[in-house]
Amino acid sequence: MTSTAQRLAEIRGDVPPRRHNARTIAALTGNPGCARRAVLDSAGVDKPKLAERVGFPARFGQSRFAITRGNTFEAQVKADGGAELLRLVAERLGVDPGGPATWTDLGADDRPGQSGQSGQPDRSARSRAALAAAAPTGAGEQAALFDHPLLGLDVAGQRVHLEPDLVAARLAGRFHVVEVKSFPVIDGQADPGKVAAAAIQSAVYVLALRELLAAEGHDPELVSSDVLLVCPRDFANQPVASLVDVRKQLLVLRRQLDRMARIDDLLAGVPAGFTADPAADPADLRRSLLSVPARYAPDCLAACELAYFCRHATRAETATLGRPVREALGGVATVAEALALAGGEHSGQPEQAEAAALLRAAARLRADALAGRPA
Amino acid sequence: MSTLRALAKAQALAAGVAQPVATVRHLHLSPRPLVLVPLAMAGEANAPLAALVGTAPGDARLLIVPQPRNRDQRFAFAAELAGIVLPYLDSFRGVSEAVAVDRGRDVRYRYVDAPQLLLPNPGGLAFLRLFGRSTRFRRPDGEYPVHPSVPLLGRWLTFFAERAEHPGSSALLAMTEALTLHWATGQSAVEDLHLPAVLGWLDPPPGLDGARAAARAEDPAVCPPAGPATDPEFDNKVLAPAIAAYTDAADDETARRSAYAELELALRGQLAPTWELMWRGVGLLAALPPGARVEGRWAGDRDAFTSHAEHVDAGGGPQPRRDGAVAAAVRLHRLERAGTSYAVQRAYDDPLVMAEHRLTGEAFVADVTLADPRRVDDTGKRPVLRPRIQVVTTEPVAVPVGATLYSTARPGQKAKVVFLTPAADGKTEVVLELSGGMGRGLTAPPGTVPEVGERLSLTTLSDAFLPAGAFPDPAETPWTHGGPPAAATFDQALGPADPPGAGAGAGAGAGVGAGVGVGAGVASTPVVGPSDGDPAEDWA
Ligand code: SF4
Repeated sequence: MTSTAQRLAEIRGDVPPRRHNARTIAALTGNPGCARRAVLDSAGVDKPKLAERVGFPARFGQSRFAITRGNTFEAQVKADGGAELLRLVAERLGVDPGGPATWTDLGADDRPGQSGQSGQPDRSARSRAALAAAAPTGAGEQAALFDHPLLGLDVAGQRVHLEPDLVAARLAGRFHVVEVKSFPVIDGQADPGKVAAAAIQSAVYVLALRELLAAEGHDPELVSSDVLLVCPRDFANQPVASLVDVRKQLLVLRRQLDRMARIDDLLAGVPAGFTADPAADPADLRRSLLSVPARYAPDCLAACELAYFCRHATRAETATLGRPVREALGGVATVAEALALAGGEHSGQPEQAEAAALLRAAARLRADALAGRPA
Repeated sequence: MSTLRALAKAQALAAGVAQPVATVRHLHLSPRPLVLVPLAMAGEANAPLAALVGTAPGDARLLIVPQPRNRDQRFAFAAELAGIVLPYLDSFRGVSEAVAVDRGRDVRYRYVDAPQLLLPNPGGLAFLRLFGRSTRFRRPDGEYPVHPSVPLLGRWLTFFAERAEHPGSSALLAMTEALTLHWATGQSAVEDLHLPAVLGWLDPPPGLDGARAAARAEDPAVCPPAGPATDPEFDNKVLAPAIAAYTDAADDETARRSAYAELELALRGQLAPTWELMWRGVGLLAALPPGARVEGRWAGDRDAFTSHAEHVDAGGGPQPRRDGAVAAAVRLHRLERAGTSYAVQRAYDDPLVMAEHRLTGEAFVADVTLADPRRVDDTGKRPVLRPRIQVVTTEPVAVPVGATLYSTARPGQKAKVVFLTPAADGKTEVVLELSGGMGRGLTAPPGTVPEVGERLSLTTLSDAFLPAGAFPDPAETPWTHGGPPAAATFDQALGPADPPGAGAGAGAGAGVGAGVGVGAGVASTPVVGPSDGDPAEDWA
């Protein structure tokens, strides 16, 4: 074990690092500027448990109705060896599928349900071999669909296995990532938040697939950055395929993974003795967490398990109210300071002169209007 | 976010309670609004699960869908909802008033009152819009008939959803937005989407400050979410077993009845707290005096209600899935104009809103120090009355010489800036030349020219009527914009889906791609196949 790995293990406590999936990796890009999060994620800390231990449990529950619905729709779309799926994808890409596709379920042996580590090395090797062997050589080949490939990615110096519910479709000389999602596309429009989440997850798969091909000596660009989302159309169960360009998401992801790869830089700023071991005393944990700088924003609420803790810790800061509010307050960092400047109690630092004048004028106007002056 | 509002948020956070950002109510509040709290089934495309609906706190009707995936039950719910909504709408169609049009040469009629729908949050509005979309194209005949009230409900819900996008309309309101228009909480905009948290800041229970009350309201075990999404824990622990019990009861009448009662109890428990918050919100808003221009905007809602009712009466078709090019441009233009005028009207009605403009230099308050009400300009062809006044202000004046200002007290009068002179103590003297609002003669009637000593609120914002833009007739839509639209009929609306790529790109690019950084947006290739009316829609 390297000293870095050892340090991360100490931070994490006496448990194996939490396993990532595409959702957790996608979530890494949520607040890239936050060191607290980067350290915890790099160490593979069990953040939901940590949040609970410090008294601010996360609320990312999933309704079983949603899960059931997702599974049903996915099974429907993938039925018949993916015949319908192939038709949809080919039509969306505007290419001729040229006869039926081959269908390979790379997760077939240890499915369903068995998610243990046992079969992973095997499956990983099998996925790698199958996908590399199928690397596109030209537009003329038969279409090939690979369900449940096991992919890998390096996250903070560790090999992370991904078991995506995706189909890698080889069609017209490229691999395309195809994701089946159960949110509807109604009159050509879908929930922007859900599309954004799906896009960043798909980008994780594109990246992993590209690395796999590159490692086997193929051109990574054989994996298209146009991914396909297959969703139910309107209010029915009929699937519809949509194209999403994830180039931007790939860049964001790459940047954050690179940052986490430079874990030593990150750890240099972390005080010795920092712990995020859920087994530690909650008061120590809270103190420890606060010793690493964070960058709380309201968006954290939807993206990071520690959000309620961090929000509580930054209550006094204007950023808690959201970036637009902070900016409108002239960028002043704390609520107390903004109010002191507004009240003319002190004039602030020289570089705050402009903000102070603005806040004073705002406070005066507000007080006047509330007092009924002028009539 | 204006600095004034941001400051109010900071003050709210420090004080532990929401702070006013308005001194008057900027929306119409019906004495008999229809409050609707919907819940949707998780994972489904807009499948209703339950709703509490009614026009008074003590008159909540509970509607539930015991098996939300069942198509027949879903449309039974729609018919039941229609049985409440449609009579409510009809109750406003009694009395009309005459309105002069075309400079008094003609007259048209509009209802003297109109319906108002109140929902908890923007999510509720989105649910309603999609519910309107999923019901308005249904047919009472054919292969999968629904109750005739269902498509009618769909068209009315669509009407309200479209109205809600019109700035200044009060026909359909989200309570969170109505409240935060008037009060600033000490939390962010994302958190303001949660009605219980907003009311926690506005009206914290005894012994709690706003922050604590809001945090408590975020715990679904203490305070159920205000919909339409349900709490996953509730789904997993309560709802799923209750639905299963109902389904298992099958033909056993006794078991089914008791399972139904269980479901009702559980769903009512999730909805009732929000119902109560909705009426508390109504009470808070009702306590504010209405702004002077609220009635005028409500007249616009009454106009819209009247004309949609007439359209429906005349057998007009359902709203199309997507606007044609001309209709979309006209609509956008109309919304922009309404948005501008709404912002100006609020400033005129409310010194606290005007203060936001004063801070940015678009408005200032000044005292009249000199007045020459009899001044006549005779340099032109014929003499005209052009009084001048001099005002002094302590505020920064960010308008140039030659600019036209308006006074909130005399919105019909223009005041042109003639001279700007810096005076002692950082004050500014402004000489203004007045025109309009003083009759036709060469003598200004008393009160039409500000007098010495009067305090004026002057602004560049004009409350004057904005002329509408010119657009081609839809039948002359240029081919570059898709050519003339086909008439929106049931057949077209239900017919085979659009050809690959057509239209979907533009629509989805704006909708799906918006604000998410999914650069290209989503372009869809709808499957050409069974349409909405197909049994495939029975969620398996
Ligand atoms: S919630 Fe806290 S740890 Fe997580 S990203 Fe936000 S600031 Fe960082």
